[in-house]
Order: sequence, then C-alpha cells, then structure tokens
Amino acid sequence: MQEFEPKIVAFVCNWCTYAGADLTGTSRIKYSANVKIIRFPCTGRIDFMILMKAFENGADGIIVSGCHPNDCHYSTGNFHARRRWIVFRNLLNFTGIDTERIQFSWVSAAEGFKWADVVNNTVKKIKEIGPYENYKKIAVSTLFNEEGASNE
Amino acid sequence: MSRIGVFVCHCGENISATVNCEKVAKITGELKGVEFSTDYKYMCSDPGQTLLKEAIKEHKLDGVVVAACSPRMHEPTFRKACAEAGLNPFLCEMSNIREHCSWVHPKDDLTTEKAQDLVRVMVEKVKKNKALNSIKVPVTKTALVIGGGIAGIQAALDIANCGHKVIMVEKQPSIGGHMSQLSETFPTLDCSQCILTPRMVEVAQHPNITLHTYSEVEVVDGFIGNFKVKIRKKSKSLDEHLCTGCGLCTTKCPQKKIPNEFERGLGFRPAIYVPFPQAVPNKPVIDRENCTYYIKGKCKVCEIVCPTKAIRFDQEDEIVEVAVGAIVLATGFDVLQPDFFPEYGYGKYKDVIDGLQFERLASASGPTQGQIRRPSDGKEPKKIVFVACAGSRDPAKGIEYCSKICCMYTAKHAMLYKHKVHDGTPYVFYMDIRAGGKMYEEFVRRTIVEDGTHYVRGRVSTIYEKNGKLIVRGADTLMGGIPIEIEADMVVLATAGVANKGAEELAQTVHVSYDSYKFFAEAHPKLKPVETNTAGIFLAGACQAPKDIPESVAAASGAAVKVAALFSNDELTRDPLVALVNRQPAPVFSTCVGCFLCQSVCPYQAIEREEIKNRNGEVIKTLARVNEGLCQGCGTCVALCRTKAIDIHGYSNQQVYTEIMALLND
Repeated sequence: MQEFEPKIVAFVCNWCTYAGADLTGTSRIKYSANVKIIRFPCTGRIDFMILMKAFENGADGIIVSGCHPNDCHYSTGNFHARRRWIVFRNLLNFTGIDTERIQFSWVSAAEGFKWADVVNNTVKKIKEIGPYENYKKIAVSTLFNEEGASNE
Repeated sequence: MSRIGVFVCHCGENISATVNCEKVAKITGELKGVEFSTDYKYMCSDPGQTLLKEAIKEHKLDGVVVAACSPRMHEPTFRKACAEAGLNPFLCEMSNIREHCSWVHPKDDLTTEKAQDLVRVMVEKVKKNKALNSIKVPVTKTALVIGGGIAGIQAALDIANCGHKVIMVEKQPSIGGHMSQLSETFPTLDCSQCILTPRMVEVAQHPNITLHTYSEVEVVDGFIGNFKVKIRKKSKSLDEHLCTGCGLCTTKCPQKKIPNEFERGLGFRPAIYVPFPQAVPNKPVIDRENCTYYIKGKCKVCEIVCPTKAIRFDQEDEIVEVAVGAIVLATGFDVLQPDFFPEYGYGKYKDVIDGLQFERLASASGPTQGQIRRPSDGKEPKKIVFVACAGSRDPAKGIEYCSKICCMYTAKHAMLYKHKVHDGTPYVFYMDIRAGGKMYEEFVRRTIVEDGTHYVRGRVSTIYEKNGKLIVRGADTLMGGIPIEIEADMVVLATAGVANKGAEELAQTVHVSYDSYKFFAEAHPKLKPVETNTAGIFLAGACQAPKDIPESVAAASGAAVKVAALFSNDELTRDPLVALVNRQPAPVFSTCVGCFLCQSVCPYQAIEREEIKNRNGEVIKTLARVNEGLCQGCGTCVALCRTKAIDIHGYSNQQVYTEIMALLND
C-alpha cells in the first residue's frame, strides 16, 4: 500500500515565519514537501474561517506560525492570534474538530532550523494520525444532512 | 476571462537542479485563464525582464505570476517591470519555488509537483487581484539616531552634513560609547580619544543635531517617513542651562566610593559625576541610587557649593515627543560579563581582568595614567597572559560566533604591554588568529616578531592562585597538545562581544527583528546590510554583529546615505495593501454595523468614525472608515470583523479562500 502523504497547509506571517522559511531555504535545510505555505501579513489576519476552509478542501493538517510574542511587526497581531486560538480551540473541540491537526508555533526570521523541525514534526504527527476523512462526515452530517454523511 | 502570464525562472541551476521548470511552465500553461507561459534561465536579469515586458504587451496580459525566488527578494523588481510594460504592478504575484521548494526538497517528482501547486495558487490568486494605486505619504525630514557611540556619531554627522535635522539619543550621560574607553586603536595605534573627541564636540556643536543624553527611547509609533517617538529624558537633577560645567560639585561630593563604570570598576567616582574628562556634554548628573541626599534625605553639598545654583533635586524625568522620518539604530554592543567563566576566576582574583579593563589601564587618562599595574597590589606585572576567545566560538557556552575584534585587540594589548613594560613577557593563548583587514596581519606579525609576544595555540582550561601568582593551565596544540603551565602576574580575558543589554526590548519597541544572539537583524546579509525588515529603520555598527571601528564607521555612513536618499523625496509611495470598509448603496451604506471592534485592535489608530447623515443632517448610521495613510495592512481588523465588512487589499477573504482552494484541489 502506498504511504499516506498528508496535505498540510501552513498559514504564516510575512515578517517572521515566512522569512524564517526563506532562511531554511537559504541554509539548504531539507524538509518534507507535504507542507505548502500561504503568506499572510500577520498571524492577526488569520481567522478561523480560513482554517475551516482548509479542512473543508481536504487539508489533513494545518500549521499556523508567526512572530514570537512581543516580536510582532505590527506590535500586537500575534497576541490577537494567540488569544483567538485559545478561545477557538475549545469551540473546535466541542464541535468535534480534531485540534491535534492544528499546529500553532512561533518561528522567527532567524530560526531556519526551527521551521524545518516544525514542518517535519507536523508531517510525522499527521502521518501517524492518518488522513482527515472524518471532517466531511462531521461537517456534512451535523450541518447539512445525514445522507451527505453516508455518501462520503 | 483572464489573460494571465506565467514565468518560471531557473535561477541558473538553483531552481532547475531539483525542479523541472519546463514541465512546471507547460502544466501551469494549461490552467484556465493562463494565456502564456514560459521558463527562462534568469527572470530577474535584463533579458528576463524584457521577456516579461514583451509578453505582457504581445499577449495583452492582465495578470502575471513569476515563479522564482522569495517575493521578499524580487517582488519589487517584477512589479516594477510590469509597471514599465503598462500593467498595474499589483496584478503581479510571485510563487516562491526557490527558498520554499527547490532548495529544501530533493530532486524528484514531488518537488516539481509542489512547484506546480505553488504556481497554481498564485494564478488563482492573481485572478482576484485588483489594480491598485500606490499611496503617497509625506516625509518628515528629521532622523533619529539611537546610540551615541562612534557609529551613531558618524551616522548623525553624515546625515546632518547632508542638510537634514538629526535627533540623537544616548542612554549614558555622555556620548562616545565604547570607543571613548579605548586606549589606542589597532592597527595604527591612534589614540582613541584623540580621534574621537573632536567628533563628539562636532556633534554637540552641529546646528542640525539635537542631542539628548541620559535619555532613552520609550515608544516608537508610525511608519517610514512618519515615525512618532517618545523619548524619556532622565532627570540629571541639574539645570543644564545654568550649569557651567565647572566641576566643583564633583570634587566636593562626600560620596566618593562608587565603582566607576567608565573605568570598568578599576576606579571610583562621586555620586554627582561627569563620566570622563572629555565627556560631551561636559556637565554632571546625579546618580540618585548612590546620592546621600536621595538615600538619607540630607546632604545637598553640591547645591551649596554650586556657584550658579544649577542643582535641582526635585527635577523630574521629561518626556519629549518628536516626529522623525527615519531611525538609525546604533546602540552598539556589550562585552560578556567575565563571571561567565568560573574556571578563569574572574571576580575571585583581582588580577584576572577583561580586555576593556586592560584598555583603561593602558589609557593615559585611566586609573593608572597609562601605567600597567596589577589591580591587587599596584605592582607592574612581569608576566602577563592574554586569553583570546574567552567565550567566543564556544558552543558549550552558547556563543558560537567569532567576536571578530578580539584577535586584533589582544595583539594590540600585547604590543602596548611590551611598549610600557620593556622587560615583561606577554603570552597569548589563541584558537586561530583572524586578522583579515587592511594592515591587520602585518600588525599581528609585528606583535609576534618585533615585540616578542609568545603565541600559544590552545585553550586555557583553568586559572588558579598559588603563592601570589596566577597559574594559567592550558595546552599547546601545535606541540602535540602538551600541557602548559604559566605562572603569570596578571591575566587578561578577551571576552566575547555580545548584544547590548536591553537590545531585545529596544528591538521590540522599534519593531525590528533580531537574531538568536539578540543582535539586530539586517534585511539581507549581503545586499541590504544596513537596512532592517522594517522600512525606514537602519542599522549602524556593532548592534548588528561584532564590528571593529572602521567597519562600524562604514556601516554608519552607509545607513546615513540610506536616510539621505529617503529624505531626498518630498513624498514616499507606499504599497496600497491596506484595509477598507465596504460601501453599498443606500439605505444599507455598508455591512459595517459600527461595533468598532476593529478600532480597539488596530495598533495604528487607523480606524476612524464616519457618520452618514440624511438630508436633514441627522446621523442615521455610524460606520468605520480606514485612514489609508495610517493603515499598515496587518489585517487584524479583518479577522475580527463580525460582519466581514472590512477587508484588506492583497490578502482579502476572497483571495485567501481562492488560494486555499487552489492549493488543495489539483
């Protein structure tokens, strides 16, 4: 059987983690190709509809990463992101979304090695958990109709 | 129907070595809405850009995706090329298939597929892009220089000599920095004070420079061209206009036993003091922590003796608010506290000192008037050991980098020692001698050959005291690692240069990034060494990494030229990637419900209230409105908006959702 290759989307801020991932490249540190980056100005921009959209479109895992606390280019965006995550994590757990699949991390522009570690560890973890087939069942069955779930 | 052009760059072999660029161009060329696709060896080169421009015109492209390096590298390049071909620059996007793909993955099909995915994402995104016009903002032609060492002084003078106003902020009571503490400088043995103090005076007297000493930057708001800065002028307990700098108070102060910071603790100073005789400004400050009046509530000797009645015990800190267009960080470095090395006995043995203390001993204005004397008993040391790389290049101690200046100053110390103690024997323990620089290697040779310094290649393992001598134990690795023991009278540790205390806090205050050692990070290690990632903020000197004086001065002049170039414009153009609140026809006006959550999270106070009035002038709805000049485009308001009434150009909800869908559905 072919090995499961998870689809993982990384939502990162432009100033720290995107630059950190650039440094990973400049330093030629290898990491898994499963993770693809979408750039945001700041983690403060990343609302949870964006994460839901990723799961809805078949993501098996998500990384959200930005500047370390206090280091935000816009002063406070990452604090909003952190607070939102703390609040939203409970809601997600309550609704049955697997929060194990969301990796929240801080990677600075100088942490090329850390970015590779975050990616590789997340890929490893998602490979262990397996594909996120349950998402559509939950979403469809609870939000729309029972038939939708059985058709999956 | 879109007409998008895809341009895949090989970047020489940087991309094509692991990614099949032809295939990426071919496959993405078949995407819906893609009119033209090609690959080219160097897209950023002149012929590459010409190819892009001609394709835009020939195929009437209404969107461009360049798959190449990081947009942080070349987005401005390609946007400019698009603009030159008549395409709105904000209809150009980049796919990062180098840093995020070819450099981090092996050569296989997966890597090429990932590149295709990344290009497809941008093709879909660019379809949703809007033509935008750059925002013009005015420039305040005043620069702020933080730090008054040699780098700050050079930057301030260069900017001021270009005809622009400069505000200099220095934490200490005097400008001058570490350079004012040095005795003589390598490789010419120029007296440090002699070359520095005229420049310090020039700063103080320059009509374009306003100097704030004993001051710190507390708050920095705003953006390039338009920073607002709050400076805390710490109370000097002195009316500077009345003080003539006669110095009578400093001689009469009864509190005289405070370790002198300028002398690195080798001498004492009173509670009201001028840090050193050539200080600029040459007026005293009261150190309130050690002043008898502030501790016990009585004394006031300085007030009694002051001929101009300039002492002000009740003076409070003053907050000065200034508007500046650019900021130069020149906060310098610190030397590693040598108690970092318990094995070397610093602090335990008085005659184990650090390099900066040796500078003070060797300085004509120092505590011994330039005589090399042991701090313990004042005797002349006949055998002296210099330990290079004390902390530097030592992963076990957490400092992996080379501090760069120590090899040279250790050679200088050994030479100065021989010049002052003719019958003395200097030893230097070193790992490697790094003497890259004009006349540097020759200087080290002179120390070894002409002055007879014994260079021993090896590290010192321990230093301990025995019969009044310091026993230095190490190994000579050029002699097969044989153990060496030297009975020294004095030991000088060439301690590592480290980031300044408070560097992290300052970086967070001014919003620049810093590396794992807390040195400020440059925008690009090779091509943007004096810029930071924050537009309008520049770096000068050793706050970026350990640097010697010529390098610091060169960096400072570099930063000054960047500031002068910025100030040569009356207006700046900024990317219009800002937030906006939607507008709809009456009676809805907008989906904004006027909750103003956005206002509460905006770090730039860019959200304003707009009142919609009916024909009778009555307010019928209050909406949020974004001030484009203030908005920096972080998008925090967008994530928070309950009715999705606020969105952001370049990262709009529609664009982001499109990107996600394109990425996950191939």
